[in-house]
Amino acid sequence: MKQDDAPVLTPGQDNTQIMGLDFHNPVFPLSALAILAFILYALVYPDAANSQLGAARGWSIEHFDWLFMIAGNFFVLFCLALIVLPLGRIRLGGAQARPEYSRLSWFAMLFAAGMGIGLMFWSVAEPVAYYTDWYGTPLNAAAGTAEGASAAMGATMFHWGLHPWAIYGVVGLSLAFFAYNRGLPLTLRSAFTPLLGRHTRGWIGHTIDIVAVLATIFGLATSLGFGASQAAGGLAYLFNIPNTLGTQIAIIVLVTVVALFSVWRGIDGGVKLFSNINMVIALALLLFVVITGGTLMFVNGLVSTTLDYVTHIVPLSNWIGREDTTWYHGWTVFYWAWWISWSPFVGMFIARVSRGRTVREFLTAVLLVPTLVTIVWMSAFGGNALSQSAAGVGELANGIGDVSLAMFHMLEQLPLTTLTSSLAILLVLIFFITSSDSGSLVIDNITAGGKTDAPRSQRVFWATLEGVIAGVLLYGGGSTALSALQAGAVATGLPFTLVLLVMCFSLALGLHQEQRKQRLAAA
Amino acid sequence: MYNKIMVPVDLAHLDPLAKALEVAADLARHYRAEVCYAGVTATAPSPLAHTPQEYQQKLDAFSKQQAAEHGQPVSARVVISHDPAADLDAVLVKAIEESGVDLVVMGTHLPRHLGILMPSHGGKVATHTDASILLVRP
Repeated sequence: MKQDDAPVLTPGQDNTQIMGLDFHNPVFPLSALAILAFILYALVYPDAANSQLGAARGWSIEHFDWLFMIAGNFFVLFCLALIVLPLGRIRLGGAQARPEYSRLSWFAMLFAAGMGIGLMFWSVAEPVAYYTDWYGTPLNAAAGTAEGASAAMGATMFHWGLHPWAIYGVVGLSLAFFAYNRGLPLTLRSAFTPLLGRHTRGWIGHTIDIVAVLATIFGLATSLGFGASQAAGGLAYLFNIPNTLGTQIAIIVLVTVVALFSVWRGIDGGVKLFSNINMVIALALLLFVVITGGTLMFVNGLVSTTLDYVTHIVPLSNWIGREDTTWYHGWTVFYWAWWISWSPFVGMFIARVSRGRTVREFLTAVLLVPTLVTIVWMSAFGGNALSQSAAGVGELANGIGDVSLAMFHMLEQLPLTTLTSSLAILLVLIFFITSSDSGSLVIDNITAGGKTDAPRSQRVFWATLEGVIAGVLLYGGGSTALSALQAGAVATGLPFTLVLLVMCFSLALGLHQEQRKQRLAAA
Repeated sequence: MYNKIMVPVDLAHLDPLAKALEVAADLARHYRAEVCYAGVTATAPSPLAHTPQEYQQKLDAFSKQQAAEHGQPVSARVVISHDPAADLDAVLVKAIEESGVDLVVMGTHLPRHLGILMPSHGGKVATHTDASILLVRP
């Protein structure tokens, strides 16, 4: 690399090394302080925190619904364009680079980090919620009708299909491109160097990185807290284990300990291993539901789910003159803000494991494959749930009372309930582990100035902190404190929407320059 | 007795390695052996090199400089690790097996904050390979 060509950022260049640690100054200390401040706020004034952070989230959804919708659609079109344009031939890491992971492991890792637990609970709960008008119906479709069922499946696919993955795709591709093709540190600020140059080293860069750390840790910790109470609810329902605070804390401790083991073992020995286990169990559960729920119904479901998605994607993407405001603000815009607040974490993790893929291959795998998998998963789980609800069979006939139990209500109507429900709980726990370990690696990367070889004690610190936050909030403030910080994490979706839009521009610029450089080199 | 000696090096922290490098050079001259300098790097940009290719160039340059001092044949082996903080032992063991070295000379006390060759690495590597391991304290 020539001198004039040298990147404006170098991994770890602003790091402080003391007591065997190696961290970015000020991103690490300021992130830690802000985390502490928010936790104290949520613990000491849980109600005030909940209403204020909830108001921030509500405000961003209420006033910027159009921005979220336009941005969401733009990200999908942007990614699809890169797949078909000649720019798609550019390889991450240069023409000579080769992928470091098999396709299967690579896919298992990105899927486990990106969707996971949510899909477990919502693939059953969400279609039923729309079908039974739990909190509005998509496009005001009549609840309980065939039309309502079709809109329910279409809308669920809309929330879990191309749009979320396009968001992850944009962030993942930007970070991977600027790290592997431009030699910039693997941290969020690097994506802005074509526009901001040396300024990315200053406060703009610090702010972007710190907000990313906060969104990631609070997103993960509150999900872990809520997930622990959901898993405890499942255990109580299935095995009559009392759903006490003790049980919930025990689940958090268990997940955190296994996640610690996983981050300690690293990407190959831990994260990849658990992602693969995860995929195998998920596949087993899927096959079981397909076979026992009716294979023919499933095959029909594949076709109808796809059609429901295709026919509803355009009206659902529209933001002008919507009449289903309650539904679309409460679900679609909320989801978009939620996915965007997760995007620094998922995008960065995807980037970390994607060197050697071409832009086209990367986006196809990040956008299209998960969408196809979700169609399959949704046809099996959502399809069964909807047909039970429509036929008036079991608990789902009454709609979803408790979201966390919807999955178990559905499995109850199929054979071998105890076995499959236990498998489902196990899967939920492993999904938590794979989110927690990859999340800790990402936070460690960001707070170490983009270094991937910072001392292991730092990633242990972040993984532990995540469990501690979940436990302390649950113990000290209950679900009010958890909701407060989750609202705070979702509220970061608004500023990050702008960050992501700028990132697209920056990435397009970078890819264009790269293509020109390659053409010149070839000529 | 020994044909190929491997010395794992951390290009970012060469000072504490001085003694191990000297021992390796002496042994290489004595046994007329080749010295293979092995460096571990991640594929993501690091403070030392923006790409694995750049790291290879630096390691090549370092090996040539060593060769100029001890006069024995050298080679430079870049070992790619997905997660150097976690799987350094594993990738080193694999590199030792693949490159057919019969003696490994390892410096044992490098700066703790880099974790690149902490004292425990030597022991771990020794239990997992057939090659002889010489641990050199600074």
